[in-house]
Amino acid sequence: MANLVEIRDLKVRAQSDSGRLIEIIRGVSFEAAEGEVVALIGESGSGKSTIALTLMGHTRAGCEIIGGQVRLAGRDLVAMSEAERRRLRGTDVAYVPQSAAAAFNPAQRLIDQVVEVSRIHGLMPRQAARARAVELFRALALPEPETIGERYPHQVSGGQLQRLAAAMALIGAPRLMIFDEPTTALDVTTQIEVLRAFKQVMKQGGMAGLYVSHDLAVVAQVADRIVVLKDGAVQETGTTDDIINRPQHPYTKELIAAFRPVSHATVASPAAAAEAPILEVRNLVAGYGRPGPDGMPRVRALDDVSCRLERGRNLGVIGESGSGKSTLARAIAGLLPPVSGEVLLGGQALAPDVARRAKEDLRRMQICFQLADTALNPLRSVSDIIGRPLTFFHGQRGRAREARVEELLEMVRLPRAMKHRLPLELSGGQKQRVNLARALAANPEIVLCDEITSALDTVVAAAILELLDELQRELDLSYVFISHDLSTVQAICDEVMVMYGGRTVETLQASALPEGATQDYSRLLFASVPQLDTGWLDGLPERLPGT
Amino acid sequence: MAMSFSSLRLLGYRINVVAILASLFILFWAAMALFGTSFAPHSPGKVVDFDYYGPISAEFPLGTDYLGRDILSRILMGASYTVGISLAAVCLACASGVALGMAAAVTGGWIDVVLSRFLDALSSIPSKLFGLVMVAAIGSSTPVLILVLAVIYTPGSYRFARALAVNINTMDFVAVARARGEGTFYLITQEILPNIAGPVLADMGLRFVFIVLLLSGLSFLGLGVQPPYADWGSLVKENIGALAFGAPAVIAPCIAIASLTISVNLLIDNLPTKIRDRSA
Repeated sequence: MANLVEIRDLKVRAQSDSGRLIEIIRGVSFEAAEGEVVALIGESGSGKSTIALTLMGHTRAGCEIIGGQVRLAGRDLVAMSEAERRRLRGTDVAYVPQSAAAAFNPAQRLIDQVVEVSRIHGLMPRQAARARAVELFRALALPEPETIGERYPHQVSGGQLQRLAAAMALIGAPRLMIFDEPTTALDVTTQIEVLRAFKQVMKQGGMAGLYVSHDLAVVAQVADRIVVLKDGAVQETGTTDDIINRPQHPYTKELIAAFRPVSHATVASPAAAAEAPILEVRNLVAGYGRPGPDGMPRVRALDDVSCRLERGRNLGVIGESGSGKSTLARAIAGLLPPVSGEVLLGGQALAPDVARRAKEDLRRMQICFQLADTALNPLRSVSDIIGRPLTFFHGQRGRAREARVEELLEMVRLPRAMKHRLPLELSGGQKQRVNLARALAANPEIVLCDEITSALDTVVAAAILELLDELQRELDLSYVFISHDLSTVQAICDEVMVMYGGRTVETLQASALPEGATQDYSRLLFASVPQLDTGWLDGLPERLPGT
Repeated sequence: MAMSFSSLRLLGYRINVVAILASLFILFWAAMALFGTSFAPHSPGKVVDFDYYGPISAEFPLGTDYLGRDILSRILMGASYTVGISLAAVCLACASGVALGMAAAVTGGWIDVVLSRFLDALSSIPSKLFGLVMVAAIGSSTPVLILVLAVIYTPGSYRFARALAVNINTMDFVAVARARGEGTFYLITQEILPNIAGPVLADMGLRFVFIVLLLSGLSFLGLGVQPPYADWGSLVKENIGALAFGAPAVIAPCIAIASLTISVNLLIDNLPTKIRDRSA
């Protein structure tokens, strides 16, 4: 039987900003049969999205296919004219983007955008297309399928929008669907619904799929076969079961190993427990917007949150987007002065506003942000970035400062020569290490880590967690670790606080996770985390606890 | 791809031919503003021709004006007024506008509100009218002209810088610096300014063009540079009668104004994106 998709020795070349030509896809070959879902998995920069786009006959600006074939149902997309390709798009092959929010026009009704493909290709009359769209909405388990199309993009949730994007792709009844990280931007509890809907629709329609993702656990739920990519080349291809359970290639093994949860051993000495907690938060209320007549801000992002952190221990804060976990970090750091409640550092109450805090108190507590891209000033060298807190807190200058910068770079396992570089010239993991080094330069006792591993690839993130662990032993640090990812929190924390809607749901011992959860919401959250097990999604009960 | 001129690389920047031509014009006028009078074939104030509105000749390359003075020499003298006053005014306007804009973005709160409202009110006054009233009230002199022009163009520069700085201000590296306890001055000069410098410089060039045009306009109305000195605007005014004769006396200063403003404009439009917009 001929395969629906056949990619043979595909080579794509890109031009970098400085004008250099780089081969980003280096001879990739794989195929997908009719009705088969193949996953492309790899880290950022592995070329997985580029390959997916070539199946639409499209390359990003600056890229160019320089060799090989991309055959869809026997026809080579590379050799085709642009007009021929355009005829295929939407009817033979369709695309579901990562960010549906950016893919919809905010000024048009959803239904008009969903049926657009059928209008462009003249597939069916308008009424028929609308009826078909409603059918798809129902199949994708969208609420109120009859009327949801009349809404505008901002009137539906992120998960619903992602399913609407799938409906948009499905309307032309394509033979191949390309999913480009469709659930990466979603919360875990939402991700489940979306994955379920996708899987069901694909099965019913009997169409083939190409699923691009960096998340092995998600891929394990939907794909029949997995292609593992690294640096634009295929490392390993196999059935999902083989790749997950019997990986052959060292790189695949590394990917799988990074996924296995690591448990954390407490560093704190028993004596520390007797002291006052190093950080305590009491009944914190904070929010955004002008205060109303009751003195409360218009949007309350934190509502009566309390927590404590013992010296040498780590507190994890976990929750979905909008749960107030990042606001908590900002309130503790004094960047968002709380309306009421207090933050105590070593038993001493801190001023709510950072401007009124003593320099010494500021030194003891440092904050690290999620996106190292925006956390480092793009126009300062690494040496300036790390050196500034040295001058600011410790008055170090000149050679002493340089020497200390080198020490700090070594501490975060970066070569000394890196101090002359600009942030642009560093990789994501390296930037996050510089980010950490800057926090360490102050000699802090507490480091507030706000999603610092979320934007990193699994293997890189695992290395950063390991580094945090080692640093804690060496420097007697305590971390407040904010994340949406349960396994990350488990790997580094002693205690985990679950947040929802600005409130604390419960605080649990990390060792007791996830079984120790007593509240419905925490159970739902923990049960929603995809497992590296092909049967996990199908094995879940139809209604999760707490929904 | 509307305009794809051949481009060449210089110091790692991709620079196109239009930008090079424009900068040659600008360099030429800058040199004339500095040393123009020493190149002048005649003394700019001296009546050297018995005829008025004389034609182009070997002795008077751009003809003579309504008193029989050499136009080329007068344009060279005018260059230092037009370019000098405009440059001083634009530097003053942008320095104060950018400093206030960044301060407003970083401090926020009532300082931001008061500054923004005050400068909005200022920018709502028609610029030429404001210039006329101020010059008429205080009297025209070079320092007064510079100050008036600077005041007129500060609000625009403030708005521009504030809009850029507000974006940078929300970046995490500014939050980190703030959490460290850094003062406003450090935040402004070390974290924000370097990141908005490119667009601010481009804006400064554009504002320079506006100021040249406004100054020429004021001079044309007789409120700018006063006789015996003259900038290009005054030269147009003096020789407006030449229009009827088709003499070069009125056309030459107009071409001077146009060549300077258009060159600056073209240079900015063709700056490498690396400089013009760092965020891209």
